[in-house]
Amino acid sequence: MKFMAILRVGLRALARNKMRSLLTMLGIIIGVGAVIAMISIADGARAQVQSQIASMGTNILMVFPGSVTQGGVRSGFGSITTMTADDAVAILREAPSVARIAPTTRTVAQVIAGNQNWSTQIQGAGADYFDIRDWPVEQGLPFTDLDVRSSAKACVLGTTVADNLFPGQDPVGQVVRINKVPFQILGVMKKKGGNAMGSDQDDIIVVPYTTAQKRLQGISHIQGMMISAVGKEQVATAQTEITQILRRRHRIAPGGNDDFMIRAQSDIAATADETSKVMTMLLGAIASVSLLVGGIGIMNIMLVSVTERIREIGIRMAVGARPGDILLQFLLEAIILSTLGGLIGVGLGIGISQIVSKAAGWSVLIAPPAVAMAFGFAVAIGVFFGFYPARKAALLDPIEALRYE
Amino acid sequence: MPVDFVPSAQSTRPPGGDILVVEDLERVYRTGSYEVRALRGVSFAIPTGQMVAIMGTSGSGKSTLMNILGCLDKPTGGRYLLDGVETASLDRDARASIRNSKIGFVFQSFNLLARTTALENVELPLIYSGESGRAGHARALLALKRVGLGDRAHHLPNQLSGGQQQRVAIARSLVNRPAILLADEPTGNLDTRTSLEILSLFQELNHEGVTVLLITHEHDIAAFADRVVTLRDGRITADLRQVPRSAASALAMCTDDSVEQLS
Repeated sequence: MKFMAILRVGLRALARNKMRSLLTMLGIIIGVGAVIAMISIADGARAQVQSQIASMGTNILMVFPGSVTQGGVRSGFGSITTMTADDAVAILREAPSVARIAPTTRTVAQVIAGNQNWSTQIQGAGADYFDIRDWPVEQGLPFTDLDVRSSAKACVLGTTVADNLFPGQDPVGQVVRINKVPFQILGVMKKKGGNAMGSDQDDIIVVPYTTAQKRLQGISHIQGMMISAVGKEQVATAQTEITQILRRRHRIAPGGNDDFMIRAQSDIAATADETSKVMTMLLGAIASVSLLVGGIGIMNIMLVSVTERIREIGIRMAVGARPGDILLQFLLEAIILSTLGGLIGVGLGIGISQIVSKAAGWSVLIAPPAVAMAFGFAVAIGVFFGFYPARKAALLDPIEALRYE
Repeated sequence: MPVDFVPSAQSTRPPGGDILVVEDLERVYRTGSYEVRALRGVSFAIPTGQMVAIMGTSGSGKSTLMNILGCLDKPTGGRYLLDGVETASLDRDARASIRNSKIGFVFQSFNLLARTTALENVELPLIYSGESGRAGHARALLALKRVGLGDRAHHLPNQLSGGQQQRVAIARSLVNRPAILLADEPTGNLDTRTSLEILSLFQELNHEGVTVLLITHEHDIAAFADRVVTLRDGRITADLRQVPRSAASALAMCTDDSVEQLS
């Protein structure tokens, strides 16, 4: 009853100075809005990175050839030629945690079809490559194990290559010349978009790795392996198994360095997630500063308001307001300002996030915990910064206050 | 109008008993080693229903006495009983409650909240006694009607004349049915005619049973009280009963005078 009456007194005092109340709230509005917008945008970016990484599969392992030291000269990764297709066969046979494996090679070539030509990545791969990367062939068919074994001159195009070589046509069944070698186009893969680094994953032609070795690259080793583990949880086990098999097959003495390296997709995902989390926190922290400044604005105005209303405080005390009642009135005013500011700020933050997502095409993720946190923080700021002015008002001497001009 | 602004507790108070008793009241202000003895042992008692004027020039200690009687300040010595409650030892919260329920203030400068309607000003004490709301609203309106401002309830102070503002203040002081009405120079800011109107209102309320304490430095004003307590240098120098002038008849004469002057 009394609380409601005092609340009404506070509301009326704020309504009487609408412009001032609004300007006071502005600090909190901008603060909360900034926090929510920043966190939403950062979270959106994080989710996008995550989904891109997940689009490559979280149970994927990639094996690359390591570096080699010859006569004291160390070459870079990939220079070693000890990795062969037999290694892949052995891994698939011996490692129980490995589900599928596709040897890979990679090169760049100029490709020609009709009167069009294009420079693109040539991915030599095993037949399981499409399944492992969860990258289905949408038109036509992928090449098969038989094609791999027979080094068939067959290929599958990425959409970017298909669009550039066969604008407005169906490429399936046509022929593309890679380094002057004609390949029959079996299919076109589903559009995958840019990867986490922003490069176009669809700018690619996938051919059987055996064909790439013999016809395009003139090598007998392989340049990597794309492996999928049985499940997400078996990735670490698979990594151990692969390491043991490869070390044994490559006759690496205990204590010697691996001549290969294994990277798990989930590690990359974790790293990327960590990075973007730090980013989110950083943006949130910067925005929080403006929230803090907003709180100081509230304290400033409340102090002015107390000074302006000393006489009113004296009158209220004379008719029986206790110090606690006066404290409550001014504290409530500060809390109303910060709460209302917080609510408007939440609206503003969501609005900005939506506009940014529409205008810039960024994916934006509004996280309810972030919204709740920003709002709660705003209310807490009202309590914290409202307390000092309210206490000042409550401790006024009624005689002095009544005499104040 | 079945409005009863006579103190509600009056039935429980023995008729003729003392509503206010001060004994050997002292108030010393200390600033460093410097001492000012504003009150040096003041004793008196006010029976229920009396209209008392406390007279004194500035520096006599009457403001200090008024602050203590109004429970805005604490004495440094002596006793102060209001409606049977020893107030000298009470803390801030308890004194606020006493001010709310037992004392009605009327100030020289009216002390109404600006930009707040007459009705809301009258309702103010009810907020702090937890009685605002519909019932409080009705009570505030009755109090306003009692002082003749029932039709001005939704006017703001700056839309009212000085006399009307003081009437609002009186309505506010009455709304919680206080034991005593404490008026500090209530006519100080008013012209003669309006002063007489206000004094007449005090006398009416007094006849209805409200105990009124008028603090003033003017003999003309003190003449309307039943009793005059004169204060000088922190001591009582005179405490005399008298037959009060009637403010109503003075008002009638005043009107005649002005009519004569006009004609």
